[in-house]
Amino acid sequence: MEIQTSYDAGRLTVYLIGELDQHEARSVMHRLEELLDEYIPRDCALNLAGLSFMDSSGIAVIIRISRRMNALGGRVWIEDPARQPQRVIDAAGIARLVPIAMSR
Amino acid sequence: MKASNSIKLEFPSKSSNESFARAAAAAFAAQLDPTMEELGDLRTAVSEAVTNAIVHAYPDSIGMICMKLRILESGVFEVTVRDWGRGIEDLEKAMTPLYSTGGEERSGMGFTIMDSFTDKLRVRSSPGKGTTVVMQKSFSPRAVRV
Repeated sequence: MEIQTSYDAGRLTVYLIGELDQHEARSVMHRLEELLDEYIPRDCALNLAGLSFMDSSGIAVIIRISRRMNALGGRVWIEDPARQPQRVIDAAGIARLVPIAMSR
Repeated sequence: MKASNSIKLEFPSKSSNESFARAAAAAFAAQLDPTMEELGDLRTAVSEAVTNAIVHAYPDSIGMICMKLRILESGVFEVTVRDWGRGIEDLEKAMTPLYSTGGEERSGMGFTIMDSFTDKLRVRSSPGKGTTVVMQKSFSPRAVRV
């Protein structure tokens, strides 16, 4: 599991690359929270284009980051999810909590 | 129903085995020629079942998990994940979406995802003795695919 970031004009984009399961979730969650504390972004995009697998642990990570951004008064969305994460997001019904945007 | 092919894997409840378990299930299912999407659904359901055993069955210790994979004569793929851990007191509550007794990295969506990504889900549990999750999934025949 690899995390890359880019930051531009108040928007933090976090690229999650690899497989996100329970084994990885806690460290990913803490790394993302550190990034939010570091940048204090206005907007946060979670880019899932390079996420080849995630299970419900990924849902927990997304919900956690969404709550954190809401507390900061910022916006958060999921960007370009790969097919498998998209299906998990749909099944969990979190699209009403965190919007999905396609940049491509 | 009789199985035309089957394997049984036993491994300790270490979270590093989550990726191994779903990869093994996908590799065994490959002989049924599933689509990428069906394979993704299978990997997801297996990941949830095995993670539940790791997180909930053995919260403070390492125990054994047995995963049985069977190809039934009807062509249906069956996954059984069994543990000998603490069991589930209230199965109905445990299967309610968003209900979780797990840590911050659990969302309470595990059973919901197992249920929506397979055709049939059965869970048996007795407190103090363990839990068995059985999931069945059929893959679309190549000939009728568009």
